Amino acid sequence: MLAAVGTGLSISVAGCSGGGDGGSSSPTVGILEDRSGNFQLNGTSKWQATRLAIEEINEAGGILGEEIEIVDPDPQSDNQRYQELTERLILQDQVDALWAGYSSATREAIRPIINENDQLYFYTTQYEGGVCDSTIFPVGATARQQLGIVTPYLAEQYGENIYIIAADYNFGQLSGDWVNVLAQENGYNIVGEEYIPLSETDFSSVINRIQQEDPDFIMSMLVGANHENFYDQRATNDLDIPIGTSTAMAQGFEHKRYDPPALTDVYCGVSYMEELGDLREGEDLVADFYDRWPDANYLNQEAQNNYFSVYLWRDAVEEAGTFDQEAVIEVLEQGRDVSAPSGDLTLDGATHHMEHEMRVARADESHEISFNGQRRIGPSFLREEVEGGEGCNLPEEDQTTQYVPSDVYDV
Amino acid sequence: MPFQISAASLGALFFQFLNSFGFIVLATVGLAIIFGMMGVINLAHGEFILIGVYGTALPYHAGVPLPIAMLVGVFVTTVFGVIVERAIVRHFYDRLLDSMVATWGLSLVVAQLLLIVFGSSLDSISTPLGNVDYGPFSSSVYRSILLPIVAILVLVGLYALFTRTEFGVKARATIKDPETARAMGIDTDRMYVTTFAIGSALAGLTGALSAPSLGSITPNRGGTFLVEAFVAVVVGGPSVIIGTLSAAGILSVFNASGSFFVDTFFGQMLMLVVAILALRLLPGGITGFIESWRQRRGAE
Repeated sequence: MLAAVGTGLSISVAGCSGGGDGGSSSPTVGILEDRSGNFQLNGTSKWQATRLAIEEINEAGGILGEEIEIVDPDPQSDNQRYQELTERLILQDQVDALWAGYSSATREAIRPIINENDQLYFYTTQYEGGVCDSTIFPVGATARQQLGIVTPYLAEQYGENIYIIAADYNFGQLSGDWVNVLAQENGYNIVGEEYIPLSETDFSSVINRIQQEDPDFIMSMLVGANHENFYDQRATNDLDIPIGTSTAMAQGFEHKRYDPPALTDVYCGVSYMEELGDLREGEDLVADFYDRWPDANYLNQEAQNNYFSVYLWRDAVEEAGTFDQEAVIEVLEQGRDVSAPSGDLTLDGATHHMEHEMRVARADESHEISFNGQRRIGPSFLREEVEGGEGCNLPEEDQTTQYVPSDVYDV
Repeated sequence: MPFQISAASLGALFFQFLNSFGFIVLATVGLAIIFGMMGVINLAHGEFILIGVYGTALPYHAGVPLPIAMLVGVFVTTVFGVIVERAIVRHFYDRLLDSMVATWGLSLVVAQLLLIVFGSSLDSISTPLGNVDYGPFSSSVYRSILLPIVAILVLVGLYALFTRTEFGVKARATIKDPETARAMGIDTDRMYVTTFAIGSALAGLTGALSAPSLGSITPNRGGTFLVEAFVAVVVGGPSVIIGTLSAAGILSVFNASGSFFVDTFFGQMLMLVVAILALRLLPGGITGFIESWRQRRGAE
C-alpha cells in the first residue's frame, strides 16, 4: 500500500477509492486550502470555514454516529504540492470527501488525479464555469452567474460602453469571453480589452489607455495580490469610472485593507460577503466564525461555500446511509435544497452546480457595502446551452469535461 | 487598444517610462551593490525590501507620520542586514553558488516568519501626492516623478560615496584585492560589513518608498521586485552605478514603449527579450562591453 502511494501506481488500490470500506478506519475528509504562499489571503478563510463546519458536526454527534477526522496539510499555493497531497489524501488517507484549491489553475492541476480515482471533490471558489465532471461539485458561483448579474446592472446605471481588464490565464480569459457574450446578448459595446500578466504591478499604461477610451464602466477580472494595486492607482489618478468585477472585495476584502476611497463604486457580483450576515433563522455564521477564529481576517464568499457544502455533504451521507462515495454522489445527483447563510439554495443534480442567490455588492466612498438587485440565477450555461442545448447531464452520462463559452458562442 | 499619437499621449508615454525607470533602479540598486562589490548573489533581496515595507507600514499604522515611518523602515532593514552579514553571509564570500542557496533559504525563512508573526496581510497605504493631469490623461506624482528623482539621487550619492570618499577607496580596494588591502592597514572585515549594510539600507529604502505604492502588503510580495532586479543587474554588468543606470534606462524604454504601443503583456515580454539579446550580444553586460571596448582602443 505504501509503495503504491510512493510511486503513484494506483492500479492496485483503485478498488479502495470508494473510501471508508472495511469499516477499519473512521470517516475522513481532506481539506487542501492555502495558508501560505500567493493565495493564503483567500485560502486561509476557506480552510477556517471548512474546519468550523466539520467541528460543529462532530460536536453534534458526527455523521451516522461516527466522528469525522480531518486531514489538512497546507499546499502552500503550489500546484505541484497540490498534486502530491491530493494523491496522498486519496490513496493513503482514503478521504471520503475532498475540499481543495483556490485557483482554477490548481483545480485543473489536480482534476486528472481526481478523475483517475473517482474522488468526490468539492471545488468552492467562484470560477469561470463549465466544469462538467462526474465526481466534482463546483459549488461556487460561476462567471455567468456573477458577471450575469453585475454587467447588466452597471449598463443600466451608467451606459453601455465597457472596457475589459482581466488576468492573463484561464480564469481571466474565459471571464473576459463571458463579458463579450453578455455584450452580444444585450447590445453593449466593448471599447477596449486587455489581459494582464499575473506578475504585473504597474497599471500606469492601462489607466492611460482607459482614460483615452473613456468607457461608461470597467469590467475588471484582475486576480491576486499584484493586481490589487490597480485599485490604489485608480484612486491616485482620480479615475472615477465605476468598476464591475467578479473578483474584488468578496474574496480578498480589499475594501477593508485599503483606505477609502480606493474601492469607491466598485460593484461585485456576489453570492455572499461577510457583510450579508446570516440569512438563516436563528443562526449566525459570522459570529460563530470569529468565535472559533478570533484572529481571522474576513469571512469571504468562498468560505461560505465551503461551509454550506460540508453540510450538503453531511445530509447526502445521512440520506445514503453510508460514506461510500458512489452512493453519496447518487444522492447528491437527485438535487437538494440547502439552507445556507446566503439564502435558500438548490443543488442542480444534473450539472453538479448551485442555483445561487446573486446580488450586486457596492462599496461607497467610505467603503460601506450595500447589496442590490438580488436575483436567483441557476447554472444555465451547463444546463441549457452546451451540447446544442442538450446540456450537461451527469447522472445520465459520465463526463470529465470543461465547456468554454466559445463552444456555444462566437467569441 | 493602441494609443493615438498626440502631445498628451506622448506625455503619457514619458511618464510611463519614468515610472518604470524609477521602479527598476530602486529594485536593483541594493542587489547591485552587494553583487557588484562583494560577489554575493543575494536571493533574499526581495525579502530585504519586504522588511523595509513592513518596517514602514507597521509604524505608519501605529500613527507615525509616513516620512518618519520610512526612516524606521530603512533603519530596521539595515540592522537586519548587519545581523545577516555577521551570522550567515560572511561565511560565503567568494562562494557564489553556496551564497545563492544560503540566501534563498533565508528568503523562505523571512517570508514564513512574516506570515507567522504579522498574519496574512497588513492594511495597505494609499499612494500620496495625487496626480498630474494633461489632456485626457493623468499620472501619479509619487510613482512617475518622486520615485525617479529619488532613484537618480541615490545613484549620484553612491557615485560620490565610492569615488570621492576615503571609505569608497578602501571599500573598492578591499573588493579588488583583500590581501593587499589588509597589508595596507585596511580593516577589510569592517569594509565587508559596511558595504553589506549599505546594500541592505538601499533595499530598505526601496521597501520604505514602495510601501505606499505596492498595493497589498503580504508576506509573499518580495518576489515582486526580483525579476526586474536580477535582469537589470546582469544586463548592467560589473560597474554598479553606470550599469544600473544604463540597464534601467534601456529596459524601461522597451517596457514602457511596448506597453504603450501594444499592451502591458507585450511591454513585459519586450523587456525580457531585450535582456536576452543584450546578454547574447554583450555577455559582460553593458558596462563589461564598454570596458573591453575601451581596453581595445587603448591597446590600439
